[in-house]
Amino acid sequence: MANMKFTRRLAVLGAAIAMTMGAAAQAADTIKVGVLHSLSGTMAISETTLKDTVLMMIEEQNKKGGLLGKKLEAVVVDPASNWPLFAEKAEQLLVKDKVDVVFGCWTSVSRKSVLPVFEKNNGLLFYPVQYEGEESSKNVFYTGAAPNQQAIPAVDYLMKDIGVKRWVLAGTDYVYPRTTNKILEAYLKSKGVAEADIMINYTPFGHSDWQSIVADIKKFGSAGKKTAVVSTINGDANVPFYKELGNQKISAEDIPVVAFSVGEEELSGIDTKPLVGHLAAWNYFESIQNPANTAFTKAWKAYTKNPKRVTNDPMEAHVIGFNMWVKAVEKVKTTNVDKVIDAMIGIEAPNLTGGVAKMLPNHHLTKPVFIGEVRADGQFDVVWKTTGLVPGDAWSDFLPGSKDIEADWVTLKCGNYNTKTKACSAQNYK
Amino acid sequence: MAEKAIEIPGAIPGSFFTFWRWVLLALLLSFAALPRVAVSAEKDAEFATAVGSLATSNFPDKAAAVAALTELRHPNGRAVFAALLDNKLYFRNADNKVFITDGGEATLALTDPLTLATAGNGAAEDFSRITTNNSLRKALRGAVASFALSDPDPAVRLGAVREMLRSLDDDSAALLRARVAEEKDAAVRQAMQDGLALADLESSETATRLAAVRALKDSLSPDVYNRLTVMVTANADGSFPETDEIVRTEAREVMSSIEASRRVYSTIETLFFGLSLGSVLVLAAIGLAITFGVMGVINMAHGELMMLGAYCTYFVQQMFPESIGASVLIAIPVAFVVSGAVGVAIERGIVQFLYGRPLETLLATFGVSLILQQIVRDRVSPNNVPVETPQWMAGSWQFNEALSLTYNRIYVLLFMVLVFVVLQLVLKKTSLGLKVRAVAQNRNMARAMGVRTQWVDAMTFGLGSGIAGVAGVAFSQLTNVGPNLGQQYIIDSFMVVVFGGVGNLWGTLIGGMSLGVVNKVLEPWAGAVLAKIFVLIALILFIQRRPRGLFPQKGRAAES
Repeated sequence: MANMKFTRRLAVLGAAIAMTMGAAAQAADTIKVGVLHSLSGTMAISETTLKDTVLMMIEEQNKKGGLLGKKLEAVVVDPASNWPLFAEKAEQLLVKDKVDVVFGCWTSVSRKSVLPVFEKNNGLLFYPVQYEGEESSKNVFYTGAAPNQQAIPAVDYLMKDIGVKRWVLAGTDYVYPRTTNKILEAYLKSKGVAEADIMINYTPFGHSDWQSIVADIKKFGSAGKKTAVVSTINGDANVPFYKELGNQKISAEDIPVVAFSVGEEELSGIDTKPLVGHLAAWNYFESIQNPANTAFTKAWKAYTKNPKRVTNDPMEAHVIGFNMWVKAVEKVKTTNVDKVIDAMIGIEAPNLTGGVAKMLPNHHLTKPVFIGEVRADGQFDVVWKTTGLVPGDAWSDFLPGSKDIEADWVTLKCGNYNTKTKACSAQNYK
Repeated sequence: MAEKAIEIPGAIPGSFFTFWRWVLLALLLSFAALPRVAVSAEKDAEFATAVGSLATSNFPDKAAAVAALTELRHPNGRAVFAALLDNKLYFRNADNKVFITDGGEATLALTDPLTLATAGNGAAEDFSRITTNNSLRKALRGAVASFALSDPDPAVRLGAVREMLRSLDDDSAALLRARVAEEKDAAVRQAMQDGLALADLESSETATRLAAVRALKDSLSPDVYNRLTVMVTANADGSFPETDEIVRTEAREVMSSIEASRRVYSTIETLFFGLSLGSVLVLAAIGLAITFGVMGVINMAHGELMMLGAYCTYFVQQMFPESIGASVLIAIPVAFVVSGAVGVAIERGIVQFLYGRPLETLLATFGVSLILQQIVRDRVSPNNVPVETPQWMAGSWQFNEALSLTYNRIYVLLFMVLVFVVLQLVLKKTSLGLKVRAVAQNRNMARAMGVRTQWVDAMTFGLGSGIAGVAGVAFSQLTNVGPNLGQQYIIDSFMVVVFGGVGNLWGTLIGGMSLGVVNKVLEPWAGAVLAKIFVLIALILFIQRRPRGLFPQKGRAAES
């Protein structure tokens, strides 16, 4: 009896060991996809959606049979809206978890903080948010808009179609608005706008007392020339800003506000009455009628089990980025970072709004640009779009410092090449 | 219409004259009514073509179609414009035929724009909505207004005149000129004349221009000022757009008088902005002035008690979605009770064991603040919640063209004064207030006199917390309601209490108000970020000089 008990135990033990080994073997057989988005803290509101988008894409890819015959496995970490923690978590993903690709970051400061980590460990990052440009890293693919794919076309629309002559550049006080406004100011001046017709204003994060600034805008706008506000105001501060505009009876018909950080997600769940008619510039709107978009929004609502969930521009950027990465991996039949980076250039993936996005040698995309007006239901009516696709420009042509700089990872093998001095500088991690 | 003629004052009595008046009136009316009733088939055809050309996604084409429709002045134009403004104008994808609809979700009830007769129903997916943009909507509003000029309600007419003056061109000016003689309501006529005086500045007659400049003497409208500036600004060749010297002098005088009154009003405006910011600071700080100032408890969870108050507004609105107007008023007592109860619980559960140990109180209440935030994040939502603004709090009070004060700020300012007065009354006139002051001055002596100091502590803490909740209701109308609301205000509230002088409500009031005004006076030339930094530096220097604040407590209690 005793002997039998012992053998049985042995068998159980053996089975257990076999099972764990099997699990380990299976783990080695998956392709790991890192997700580096804040799930807590101030940026959680925006970034949680992107995490879910990547998870949904992975689930769909696995349903199709995975990639290279292996299943995809998500490794989700939470950098908690804390910029130094982004670098730590990136290191963890690359060194400890050994992920093959990372989808992540929202704010520019978080991207700047992980940049050295990705370059040191030769990782691969897909960054999905519109940003200020002036960067091109070998290890990063920028699937959001560069300034010439959002800010410049929006200003063109206001100048040519609306006839705006006076400009208020209002932003939150940090790197993205400051750089974007510098580019816009230089651009406006190159178009003959006088210094006196540009008003620049910065406010702290979460600013809520907009009385005097809105009163200033009102005065600035009553000089008899058509005035518009170009807003890089970020996050929470937008709601009291639009509310104050409404209360001081400035309508979108008199002084339109075009925003670069206000999308469907930000409008869902707030009182949209004061915003109706104001503008936003993006490369994607949920309301755009297109079979690919309808399928995606349907899948998203089903995945989140919430018929009211909206889609937005950075989500589309992740969808495009994910599809491109899958294509590149399939092309070179490996997830080796160097080979995938080389294969990425020239890869094409469909936009959700129609047309095809193409990865350029400077690691940016070609994108269509849309201007939408806010509707009462929190969606946008497209009132203007570019006729073709706009290629992303990493280094702005309107800033004196970056006019001569080019990024090209195919012929020049450099993200910061000065065409005048013929020298390639490294990234600046500021 | 006929009854109106009788109302004309000074009508000559007598049947003969009356008869002729009737005939004349009938003739006039038939002329006026002709284009309205009998629409020629030709005009109908033009109308149909113009409406048909709205079925495009090209905005310049739509604008051209609207301009053509405005020109036509077809009686159905108003219905088409109104539908377009309401997002209720659709076209059928199959044949591009335009319909006025009810804007339904799945099926659309159709109306033919030409006959205004119902044309059955259609499935929404077979139709496309004709979208508008800002410039198109502005043109549409002007066009709708031109139809409303003959509305029987003077208020509607006044609104229509104002709408038309927003974009006055030759056509709409001609339309106004035709109506101004017929207009009987004084206010509407005045508005028309003001607008027309502006148009008269372009007249070729020197006398008309001079009269127009004089008529505009008291106008503060920026349009007037801009127009006058153009008149007196020299061209490149030294000549002036306004050729007449007398008119120019007159215009300059009018301009300087406008400038002077504008300066006055802009000072008043800045002062109001400052007082309004100050009232927010005082509201945030006044509850703390009691818990920190009177009891000496450093309550880091004070901000979260305000946050709870703001969420009370949200929940009251969720419970009574029909009565948004009253929701804010209902929320005030609710927030007071909820935050007050939480405050009492904090005092009984934690703070009472830590009296006399300020560092531990600070850490413990900081922990409480994190717990409260996380509860809201988990139970409600990590995102901001939408709190609606009642109609009576939206918009602004237009004193004149140069000065308008927003209602929500006015109400918050008044509300702050009310809270302050009530709090003073409670502290000075009630038995609870007497006991609170007694315990604050000398705890042992009060206890010897039979005051239950523990009960008083709990009540005082509850009172301070309840006031924080009430402040939260006010903030829900000014800023975002979310788990982080409290953190925005906690630093500011401590700043105000320390600046005003610990233990002194008047100090809190005056401290908060002066910080607000200084901030807003600095803001125009230093910017929002720098203004705040300057205020903080000034405050640090002030506290260095006078560590006990503006109104230090005197007497023996202050020494201990």
